[in-house]
Amino acid sequence: MTIEHDGALVTGASRGLGLALSEALAARGARVAMVARDPEPLADAVARIRAGGGIAHAIAADISDKHAVHRIAGQAHALVGDIAIAIHNASTLGPVPLRLLLDTECEDLAAVLETNLIGPFRLTKILAGAMALRGAGTIVHVSSDAAVEAYPRWGAYGVSKAAQDHLARVLAAELDGTGVRVLAVDPGEMDTRMHADAVPDADRAALQRPADVAARIVAMIEDAARAPSGARLIAPRWPRAVELSEGGA
Amino acid sequence: MKFYRHAPAPARVTGRGTTALRADEVSRHRVRLVAIDRRADRVELTSFARLPELLAPGDLVVVNDAATLPGSLRGDGFELRLSGPVQASRLVGVVFGPGDHRTRTEDRPPPRTFVVGERVRLGALACEVVAVQGRRVELVARAQEDELWQALYAHGRPVQYAHRLEPLPLWSVQTAYAARPWAAEMPSAGRALTWEVLLGLRRAGIALARLTHAAGLSSTGDDELDRALPWPERYELPRATIEAIAAARARGGRVIAIGTTVVRALESAAPELHAGAGIARLRLDAAYSPRLVDGVVSGLHSPGESHFELLRAFAPRDRLVHAIELAAAHGLSAHELGDACLIL
Repeated sequence: MTIEHDGALVTGASRGLGLALSEALAARGARVAMVARDPEPLADAVARIRAGGGIAHAIAADISDKHAVHRIAGQAHALVGDIAIAIHNASTLGPVPLRLLLDTECEDLAAVLETNLIGPFRLTKILAGAMALRGAGTIVHVSSDAAVEAYPRWGAYGVSKAAQDHLARVLAAELDGTGVRVLAVDPGEMDTRMHADAVPDADRAALQRPADVAARIVAMIEDAARAPSGARLIAPRWPRAVELSEGGA
Repeated sequence: MKFYRHAPAPARVTGRGTTALRADEVSRHRVRLVAIDRRADRVELTSFARLPELLAPGDLVVVNDAATLPGSLRGDGFELRLSGPVQASRLVGVVFGPGDHRTRTEDRPPPRTFVVGERVRLGALACEVVAVQGRRVELVARAQEDELWQALYAHGRPVQYAHRLEPLPLWSVQTAYAARPWAAEMPSAGRALTWEVLLGLRRAGIALARLTHAAGLSSTGDDELDRALPWPERYELPRATIEAIAAARARGGRVIAIGTTVVRALESAAPELHAGAGIARLRLDAAYSPRLVDGVVSGLHSPGESHFELLRAFAPRDRLVHAIELAAAHGLSAHELGDACLIL
């Protein structure tokens, strides 16, 4: 499938993987609605894509705010038209340095779930209906190996990502036959600010560049045969293997 | 009030000892439906969730996918209610005097006079008045597109009326399939089309298609303006929908419109359907014979309301009165967040 002229929405779009995804989508001719909390880095990111000839628009909003999600969807539809691609990329680690799950404050766990799980749920609830009526659409959840492996100190984040993976699987099951595809993608370790927050002493040279990961995720979006709905994919292994969920298509 | 979306209605429902139609919000999952079957000459009270069983395999359901705008914008001593989509930084709407939706529109003080060239602010949005026709105004926002939409959504609220005092969030006024924000008020006949119903229609072999119709304001509180409602409204008809209509016709299926905005768009476009944008100018009434639409889902409307007259294009007066009496007798809600009727 081609994504040229498609409307796309990316959350957490002002830096790291979200910016790289927005750039990759815009480079393929998609019209990208970029969502981030801080207006200034977002405006810089939009300007950078426009300077490269891409179509990008800014939406300053916090995905964890229930009342922000209809604003996000409305602004995005007004700015780029029908949304064919939605990428849930924004996420938070919770307080850093990372704490043991047992030391995590209840409110901090709830806040991580609001941003990483409930925000994407609300936004998908709003965007998926129009996709289903058109019979086409792709929803991508950016996951993590912390969703699968139980790493001490990554508890709040890991719990949110495991739940998000399952959210994606259930949505894929419910949307079966509608033409709307739901994916979860583990991007692997990348050289981003989030990674530096979590692992300050990491060897950056050993980490993937966000642009390379973004290129693989866009390839998954374009390749419905090798990235079927319900799949959980691992970006560093793409396109060598498809990680299918149990019962996935 | 004249228009169905905010009809307090009780006083208008007369007849054989009926109770009043209520005005409280009905959960989308529990909307009741008065179904008028013209062929069987039957009126039945059922639930909206049974829509897939009430229609037949091969039928086509057409919805209006316009999202509801945050179209009520406060200025200094006035309120602007958008009456149509925002295009190229142009805001078109109707101005109201001081106060808000808690005062009935017909009781609102008149707005001050606006003049062309004047600068006004709507929240963070600086605008210039470019056209004035009584209370109808056109403004140009002095902002880039991204800032314009950011400011509209930060500042604006859904248009609402005095029968509901608490402010409505956007969550309450969007359909499950809302896309581009074109509607001044919710295309509310689709409110009860939950995923359960939408997927149920698919399973029952009933096709779904969409169009986008810029549903306008249903009331301004000004008799002269209200008499001319609905104003010409913009719509867009996708090629896939035209094909779906042709396919339904070819297999003997009916075209069912979810809401009068869908009727207006399709009947304005008929008989020769063309993909793309158009302006709906048609006014429906008892004298009109639908050329394309076979059935309609709508809110509940009492005699005397404009939408009651409009539904007379689909069913004779006595059938509609019978339906509204049945609804009233069972305590159904008649307003934009209430119960519904189906005419087949």
